[in-house]
Amino acid sequence: MQFRLEKRPEPSRLMLYVTPIAAVLLTMVIGAIIFSLIGYDGIGAVREIFLTPLTNAYKWQDLGVKAAPLIIIGVGLSVAYRANVWNIGAEGQYIIGGLAGTWVALATYGMTGPWILPLMILAGVVGGMLYAAIPALLRTRLNVNEILTSLMLTYASVQLIYYLIRAPWKDPMGMGFPQTRLFSEAARLPNIIPGTIVHLGVPIAIVVALVAWFIMSRSVFGYQMRVVGAAPHAARYGGFSENKTIWLAMLVSGALAGLAGVLEVAGPFQRMVPGFPTNYGFTAIIVAFLGRLNPLGVIFAGIVMAITFVGGEVAQTTIGLPNAATGIFQAMVLFFLLAGDILVRYRLKRVVNQPAAGAA
Amino acid sequence: MPFRLELTGITKSFPGVRANDSVSFAVKPGEIHALLGENGAGKSTLVKMIYGIMQPDAGEIAWNGQVVTIANPKAARKLGIGMVFQHFSLFEALTVLENIALGMDGKIPARELEARIREVMNTYGLLLDPHRTVATLSVGERQRIEIVRALLLDPKLLIMDEPTSVLTPQEVEQLFDVLRKLAAQGCSILYISHKLHEIKALCDTATILRGGKLVDTCDPKQETSRSMAEKMIGAGLKDIVRQPGRSMGLPKLVVSRLSTKKTGHFDVPVDDVSFTVRAGEIFGIAGVAGNGQNALLDALSGEILGHDKDAVTIDGYPLGLLDTTGRRKRGLCAVPEERNGHAAIGDFTLSDNSVLTARDRLGMVMLGLINSGAAKTYTGKVIADFAVKALGPGSTAGSLSGGNLQKYIMGREILQKPSVLVVSQPTWGVDAGAAAAIHQALVDLAAAGSAIVVISQDLDELLALCDTLAVINLGHLSDAQPVGEVSVEEIGLLMGGVHGTTEADDAIPA
Amino acid sequence: MDITIAIIVTLVGAATPILIAALGELVVEKSGVLNLGVEGMMLVGAIAGFAGQFYTGNPYFALLCGAFAGAAASLIFGFLTLSLSANQTATGLALTIFGTGFSALAGAPFSAKPVQLMRPLFPAELATHPVWRVLFGYSFPVYFSFFMVVAIWWFLHRTRSGLILRAVGENDLSAHSIGYSVKGVRYAAVMFGGAMAGIGGACFPLLLTPQWAERMTAGRGWIAVALVVFASWKPFRLLAGAYLFGLVMTMELYAKAGGGPLSVIPSELWAALPYLATIIVLVLISIRRDATSNAPACLGKPFLPSN
Repeated sequence: MQFRLEKRPEPSRLMLYVTPIAAVLLTMVIGAIIFSLIGYDGIGAVREIFLTPLTNAYKWQDLGVKAAPLIIIGVGLSVAYRANVWNIGAEGQYIIGGLAGTWVALATYGMTGPWILPLMILAGVVGGMLYAAIPALLRTRLNVNEILTSLMLTYASVQLIYYLIRAPWKDPMGMGFPQTRLFSEAARLPNIIPGTIVHLGVPIAIVVALVAWFIMSRSVFGYQMRVVGAAPHAARYGGFSENKTIWLAMLVSGALAGLAGVLEVAGPFQRMVPGFPTNYGFTAIIVAFLGRLNPLGVIFAGIVMAITFVGGEVAQTTIGLPNAATGIFQAMVLFFLLAGDILVRYRLKRVVNQPAAGAA
Repeated sequence: MPFRLELTGITKSFPGVRANDSVSFAVKPGEIHALLGENGAGKSTLVKMIYGIMQPDAGEIAWNGQVVTIANPKAARKLGIGMVFQHFSLFEALTVLENIALGMDGKIPARELEARIREVMNTYGLLLDPHRTVATLSVGERQRIEIVRALLLDPKLLIMDEPTSVLTPQEVEQLFDVLRKLAAQGCSILYISHKLHEIKALCDTATILRGGKLVDTCDPKQETSRSMAEKMIGAGLKDIVRQPGRSMGLPKLVVSRLSTKKTGHFDVPVDDVSFTVRAGEIFGIAGVAGNGQNALLDALSGEILGHDKDAVTIDGYPLGLLDTTGRRKRGLCAVPEERNGHAAIGDFTLSDNSVLTARDRLGMVMLGLINSGAAKTYTGKVIADFAVKALGPGSTAGSLSGGNLQKYIMGREILQKPSVLVVSQPTWGVDAGAAAAIHQALVDLAAAGSAIVVISQDLDELLALCDTLAVINLGHLSDAQPVGEVSVEEIGLLMGGVHGTTEADDAIPA
Repeated sequence: MDITIAIIVTLVGAATPILIAALGELVVEKSGVLNLGVEGMMLVGAIAGFAGQFYTGNPYFALLCGAFAGAAASLIFGFLTLSLSANQTATGLALTIFGTGFSALAGAPFSAKPVQLMRPLFPAELATHPVWRVLFGYSFPVYFSFFMVVAIWWFLHRTRSGLILRAVGENDLSAHSIGYSVKGVRYAAVMFGGAMAGIGGACFPLLLTPQWAERMTAGRGWIAVALVVFASWKPFRLLAGAYLFGLVMTMELYAKAGGGPLSVIPSELWAALPYLATIIVLVLISIRRDATSNAPACLGKPFLPSN
């Protein structure tokens, strides 16, 4: 008796939504086994990484604060990936967004007024957008692969931080540390729940996801993204320009990554430091896929990935698990998700007494 | 003497379809045996099993009297079975020699292989330069590679899958000479086709399939084309009903000196094409595949943007600079040849596919938002009016059979009541019932006063459907002639790029 | 004179790991598969090579460890994309994320524990004179990379197996219909690419910095992917591209070391230069019209035979 993959007449919607959950559960089980095998407390690692952040109410605020940038960037990437535009340089656009916000904060240092924060946010959004415009321009004009350009720009943007905080933007009172001065009160993101670290970025993330969901599912813009991604030739036949779509996809994803960047620098960091690049831009790639490129799914996926971040820190202190373990768990989620994708289009069928035909 | 090949009770099922149902027939040595049937009758599945690409669910295959299992194409070639595919399994970036080497199972030094290739080419008059890259060859030349590749293995049975669909009538004659020469030397030929006159001209025996079942094995020379067609289709043939007294109106679509740029390696652009289609007229464009048909359709639909506003006009209104959306708003709808991924998106529902081309003409968009209710209603109407076999507007396009998807696509455009409709290969790969329904719908649309352009490689279809006919060759369009006044020979010559003396100023370097 | 020699030696060291990894990716792409996980496989190879050198002190064994680890990592990619038809772009990214995490976890115990750099292949007597040093002063991977440039060119264009591999990358459905195992060929290519990326990664601790550092390949895997495009899938042009990048990175090292006219420009700009150069190179190559015409026709597309 053998199993064989058989093409479904229609892609399974059930599998589309079940596989992400199954991927997370499988990661917990297989992760526990693997980490036990290589000499760590596997069950403890899974408990601390996946469950403690949920059961411990003190960790909830951390979850919100970590999930917010993941959701904002993940929503932008899900729009781009729908259109088959592979912006994997969200980390770079996040960094430039943060730097643009920092620039406004430093330029207005010591000033007060309710206009400073909106101006910072605008600068961050525009910064992320402009940085994403470079790969868009190269792709549409010269057909240069956006994967490589957007990624290379990320590496370059990290150097830009190092340069700015080492020389022109260095905190004069910082005792030589490479960092900017602490932003003045007007340039800091307000907390929305007193006594916690939950800042304005958290509700912004939810609103961004809801608006994006509405636009993607109901508007011609969303239709355009989906059509160009699914069948570029058909899109042209339907009157949608591929180049225009690439531009839109890049600018939207860049703008949202920039927004996440400025919210991070104005919220949790409140100054620019060398540790500002926190890999949110890369983790958001997993978030977009785990959320099935659906902005509502991205909320769920962003929270799951935030759990692994918070849990990874917990596991580091409680059971001494290296921080890198978090990355492995995150990659495993993506591996299992991609492996499970085949069940959306194919089903397992038991075959008896058959010469094995080439599966799939 | 035993049969060269004998099939007994061959059965093969796919999810939802029984492709072959207990098919039995035999091929004698040196016989040219036709396998006749409509698209979807199960011919291709059957030969894939003979060539070892698929395995039968039940039944047996005997080779020279011995029951055999043909596990894969390699095993088939070892037995002496060669195959020339309908869609060539060639590698465009590689040379003729490399392509042929890939088809050989043993390792033969390049020099020796080249000598053998030249020998086979000379014997059968299949001339080609072994060092040319396939991408630079014409379709007919590519088929020669496939045939040479099969002949190098010294086959005892050669399977030809729809070999003439891409050839001009003259090339078809050359091919038949090769096949007759082979048969005279004792090689059996299994000739798959749905073209009845070819089978009558070439074959000794014909096995007819319908819906996966064997209908009859007969001598085609004793049958009429009509009697074989009725066996193939099952019911009496239905003729196209034309309204009597249909008259043609004023010029509607006027194409004037339309040209496109060459964009890729493999495409043929259109060059200085002019023609006029009147209201109520069906204008046919014949031609061998790959002579600029795709570029012509794209240039008319607006997928390729022009730079001369008067190159395409409807009722005198210039469309030449508009994109597809702009042209659709002005009444020009188009259906490209490729259904999946071009005319429709397989992963989308039919409802979403309607949004693709009908959104502006039928008011499915308000303030940038899509009215999905309107799309659903319209799709339901297309499904009902064109008898599309689908569960409903929520079915994905990819779940429909080729014929049903084509009916949906044609219905989606026709129900928008375009004043000009341009279609390419409207019945490619569609069963006879659906083809008749599509033809009837086109005739009815013309009767209602629309101008219609049909681009097709199927000459029989064009002759039955159109009022006027022109031929496209290497991107040039011949002068249009009324269908009643043209001969098949003349069209054949035009398709092969040979122009009569009537051709005046735009003579083509052959 | 001495400074020229030193620059050449540094350049060769910087170019070699990229060249080896890019050669592997070239073969993978020629078979029609786009594996964007080179960076991840290099990191896995780097930590495996480091561990091999740390425990045995035998650099050849360490290179072998790198090769095996890279191949093993590529097998994950192969299984997902070839057996389960998963999206190649997404799977390649996942492999890089995984490789980064895995190497960081596995490398944690080795921090601040140095290993021995690999010694030159030829006896020191041969490399006494500066000119001879340029020819004979390198360790094994350098000569290996040159050998592989020729070997891969010869394999692709002069052997039947190479022809089959190109055919599979050009038109997988046709290759399948003639009777070649598309999956088999692609698995072999992907694992070869993984092994090469692993060796390239192992070169970092063995040739460049004899200490473990997280993410020590610093995006070189991505540059290798870009170089394959730059080279139009031709091994000898890959050689030229890798050395061009070696030169850029060498300038960075000299600028950082201080002194000379190079240090006028901020060191961060030098550090960003290889990445910016990659973009510039991709732009330059795309201006040439036929740049991508040499790309394997099936590159990155899943193989979905109808039966």
